[in-house]
Amino acid sequence: MFYFRLFATYVRVGILGELEYRANFWINMIQSALDLSVALGGLAVVFSHTDTLGGWRPEELLALIGVYFLIGGLIRTIIRPSMTQFMDQVRQGTLDFTLTKPADSQVLVSIQRIEIWRLVDVLIALPVLATALVRLGTRLGLVETAVFAVTLLCGGLIVYSFWLMLSTCAFWFVKVENIQVIFMSMWQAGRWPVSIYPAWLRSVLTFLVPVAFATTVPASAVSGRITTSTLLGTIALAAALLLVSRWFWRVGIRFYSGASA
Amino acid sequence: MFAYYPIYKGYFRTALMVQFQYRIAMLIWLLGGIIEPLMYLVVWRTVSEQQGGSVGGYETNDFVVYFIAMMMVSHATFTWIMWEYVYRIRMGLFSVMLLKPIHPIHSDIADNIGYKFLTLTVMGPLTLLLAWFFEATWQPLPWTLAAFVPVLILAFLMRFYWEWSLAMVAFWTTRIDAMNQAYIVVGLFFSGKLAPLSLFPEIVQRAADILPFRWMLAFPVELLLGRITPRELLIGIGAQLFWLFAGYLFMQFIYRAGIKRYAAFGA
Repeated sequence: MFYFRLFATYVRVGILGELEYRANFWINMIQSALDLSVALGGLAVVFSHTDTLGGWRPEELLALIGVYFLIGGLIRTIIRPSMTQFMDQVRQGTLDFTLTKPADSQVLVSIQRIEIWRLVDVLIALPVLATALVRLGTRLGLVETAVFAVTLLCGGLIVYSFWLMLSTCAFWFVKVENIQVIFMSMWQAGRWPVSIYPAWLRSVLTFLVPVAFATTVPASAVSGRITTSTLLGTIALAAALLLVSRWFWRVGIRFYSGASA
Repeated sequence: MFAYYPIYKGYFRTALMVQFQYRIAMLIWLLGGIIEPLMYLVVWRTVSEQQGGSVGGYETNDFVVYFIAMMMVSHATFTWIMWEYVYRIRMGLFSVMLLKPIHPIHSDIADNIGYKFLTLTVMGPLTLLLAWFFEATWQPLPWTLAAFVPVLILAFLMRFYWEWSLAMVAFWTTRIDAMNQAYIVVGLFFSGKLAPLSLFPEIVQRAADILPFRWMLAFPVELLLGRITPRELLIGIGAQLFWLFAGYLFMQFIYRAGIKRYAAFGA
């Protein structure tokens, strides 16, 4: 409960901060619309020459794009800004202030900066996702919807844990912002189902940078092609990564000694 | 013309030294430019295999070669100047550049070419690796290879002049993210990066003829693949020269106008 209030406070601060830059809303809106036009345009060109792509039908790929924008929006709204700020704090030594606050440091760090206008990615994702779901409608029961929600949550948690672990490296290597560039570069490959990629690239996108779990897996839940073992595996991985990243964070925080000390 | 030679030599030396300092960051920034064509390569290879080995006049192997060539041409001609200028103006770095008795575009060109030289050590082997991996076969025609050199240089220059001119918008506003992205997205559809242009509807192809993007990327790539007739080659070079000249005039105009507007931040 306490952490919900804390989160609400940070959201409010985020809104207040960003209201000063109202033009940013329109800029983000334009950017998201452009991103979406690339994704949809790509689909249109591909499906003007074929009926399915690696066994995926157009509406299933539309669902994938919806998921891609939804998770991508969450990354851009909360995860990336918070983690970027955290890395700055480690470099400048201002992380000390966060550590003295009477709340869990990992939670504080993870939600400390919320770029509210980036939520337009999520806003854009919802109609896309809705269109895809309606078109798939006949085959989508209660169970599938629940499975979809669970995989979406797990995908979000996997991306978060992974990103937290990368950022935690800042305790040792200080300058690691470029690691984020690696993630965002790989992320764009998540617009397409990972099953079409050659084996080596698929393993990179599944295990090295867990893009597949955040995009392909939830989308395959919607299209009813997810197997029980994939579902259980995703849940297990999300739980494991959450625990490992938590443990790694604690090791890191113990190692941290302030920038000027 | 030759007066610039020692100046460029100096610029190259410093550019190489500076960039070598940031070699890891350099590698990481390469990644985006590798993943994107790789992604479309895989997509179109999959489509082609599903359609029995050929789509819109391109066979599976043609797609592989097309996108590997696209990766190289796009890498050879890309610039980051539209982001760099905003940073320069915001940080007041531009004031220093104004003091030098030479047009600032020269140091940027040298900088860009220096970066390309350093990154060639990665992109070269990577091309071979991808070609081997996707079992690409490519039989170059001697005359297209010979024509490719000036075509690539023209493509680089026209892209550089246009993007450098667009970067001048930073004199008027430093919030250019949406504009940069609009430029990239329009380019994506009309340059052949997303798919070979002949796979697009007729109207997109005709628009691509008129816009500069095709002559920056798709044209050199198709030339490498041997899909350009000598007549089309002449038309293409003509279009490149036209856009280069237009870009040069535009650059002169907008740079002069921008300089007048410029008042250093913090001054």
